[in-house]
Amino acid sequence: MGDIIYGIFADPFVQMWQMPDFLMQVLWEGFVSGILYALIALGFVLIFKASGIFNFAQGIMVVFSGLTLVGLHALGVPAWLALLLTLATMYALAYSVERLILRNLVNQPDIILFMATIGLTNILIGMGQWIFGGETKTMITKELFLPSGSSVWEPGGGLVIFQHIDIAAAVIAAALIVGLAFFFSKTKVGRALRAVADDHQASLSVGISLNHIWVITWFAAGIVALVTGIMWGARSDVSFSLQIIALKALPVLVLGGFTSVPGAIVGGLIIGIGEKVFEIYWGPLFGSGVEGWFAYVIALVFLLYRPQGLFGEKIIERV
Amino acid sequence: MFYREAGQFKATYQEDLQAFPIRQDKIGIGIWLAIAYLYIPFFGIPGLEYGFALNAIMIPVLIFTITTIGLNILVGFTGQISLGTGAFMGVGAYSCYKLTSYFPDTNIIVLILASGFVAAAVGALFGLPSLRIKGFYLVVATLAAQFFLEWCFIRIGWLYNFNPSGAIEVPQREVFGVIVTGAAAEPATRYLVVLTILVFLTVIAGNIVRGRIGRSWMMIRDMDIAAELIGVRPLRAKLSAFAVSSYYCGVSGALMVFLWLGAAEVESFDVNHSFLYLFMVILGGLGSITGSYMGAAFIWTFPIILKEVGKRVFDINPIVMENVSLVAIGVMIVFILIKEPHGLARLWQLVKQKLRIWPFPH
Repeated sequence: MGDIIYGIFADPFVQMWQMPDFLMQVLWEGFVSGILYALIALGFVLIFKASGIFNFAQGIMVVFSGLTLVGLHALGVPAWLALLLTLATMYALAYSVERLILRNLVNQPDIILFMATIGLTNILIGMGQWIFGGETKTMITKELFLPSGSSVWEPGGGLVIFQHIDIAAAVIAAALIVGLAFFFSKTKVGRALRAVADDHQASLSVGISLNHIWVITWFAAGIVALVTGIMWGARSDVSFSLQIIALKALPVLVLGGFTSVPGAIVGGLIIGIGEKVFEIYWGPLFGSGVEGWFAYVIALVFLLYRPQGLFGEKIIERV
Repeated sequence: MFYREAGQFKATYQEDLQAFPIRQDKIGIGIWLAIAYLYIPFFGIPGLEYGFALNAIMIPVLIFTITTIGLNILVGFTGQISLGTGAFMGVGAYSCYKLTSYFPDTNIIVLILASGFVAAAVGALFGLPSLRIKGFYLVVATLAAQFFLEWCFIRIGWLYNFNPSGAIEVPQREVFGVIVTGAAAEPATRYLVVLTILVFLTVIAGNIVRGRIGRSWMMIRDMDIAAELIGVRPLRAKLSAFAVSSYYCGVSGALMVFLWLGAAEVESFDVNHSFLYLFMVILGGLGSITGSYMGAAFIWTFPIILKEVGKRVFDINPIVMENVSLVAIGVMIVFILIKEPHGLARLWQLVKQKLRIWPFPH
């Protein structure tokens, strides 16, 4: 019994104290995966804000965009053109989703729309495997001018390794978020988007086309998916298993609130770092593999105290 | 012309409250039962090979119907979305496995029905967050159950008796001298056992849903605050829904491993299966027990039919067909959601209404 208490409350901190460089490495790794979770969650938030749809297909959109990019390049298309064509594909996807699915499901209950996006997930998985094959692919890192290699930092005799691609991921994610924030607050379309998020009917009455806005939102989510796909693909590989990892965006959303962009980022970082630290320092007590459920349990505990998330709007219910 | 209740008068309350008040419905159910009990176990499905018809179609469809009824109680009747169905089935399967290894001489059917109670307890435990949260937030809570339980099935060796393969393998068990589980069991025996349990559970579910408990679930679904104001206790209603739903899932999980698969690993209970069951519920019709039958049958047989047609008629290679059927299922789901968001059960209702006034609709 004493061993267990020591293992939970003392030993991990002793380890952290004794090897600060290793702790820093763990924190960095957690930070980077947290950014990727945040990016996936960002795609969810964009669509949820604008249309109240919980887009389950965001995960497969990440895989699909990555596959399209790699697949086009494998056909001999130069990288920049492949990137543009992938963007065009994501636009076509957004357009057809709006045309064929959303427009026909206006005013249905949330769960029906949610199920429709699961149906969309099935379609995208099937098409992705059909067109590009089910095997994992390597991201075209070099052709997209993404850095590879790593730098070493030695604070006080320790050793911390920074992969250049991770640094690039952090920078690009930051740029993307700043860009989105600018787009939302300064441009006309962005303001229309926020108006739609606020109140559908009021925005219709001042002449905002809902259909048009939905296409733009899904396209924006598609761009976020593409960036996530490139980054994740560069760190590991482009494969369909990413789709399950994308479910981790759910606890991130719960932490941050479903409608908050900064919430998605903070939530992503908390989950990413928390998960890594827990896995490394407390995981051995449970017999490893705790990464699979830790995020969900954290989210669950969190929900009991703050159901609307860190930055979510207060839930008010009326009869 | 045939389906018309003219002349059938109800003289007592009892007659008015029957599950099937119309004579034609009683006859219809009788015919279905007769086909299920007297024809299929002996002859299979016409046009299909006997073993295939029972092992690949009938037994799984019946088992998944139990799952779907269970999930429908939670999602359709109580309005709590769950993505942990796969894991709750796993709880049933693993606890049944443990029970057979502790009580090898007890009747296996009793053990299967008992293992549902373990699943019910676990389900009620993971249903606790539903008192605070709802909607998609609850999805996250049930996903926590899904991934945590999956992890338990892998890491806790005790659950599979420290079997080096990590799988649970079904021992041979007899009931009244007839082999029911294990490799030597006849498909017809297994089919009849599953069918009987399904009929038994359907009757119970149908009556719970019609009764006081079921109505309190529906009140919670329609508006929980209003329900609370008129005296429904959310704690009792929500947790009982989680418990009953998980009981059904647990029993179907135990049946799935013991009477269908024969051996199972954690992959049989993963999150993709949870989605599959949710599809069955939604396509069948939220809040309908008939719909649960239709949803399970449709989602299970549609890819099989597609695969067979692709192989026999168009001669497409099976790997391509796998993807085509994924796309087709996706399209089908979206299409049905658009055309009939209330699912196949609603279609069935419409057909019955049309049939009433046929052939003179005016």
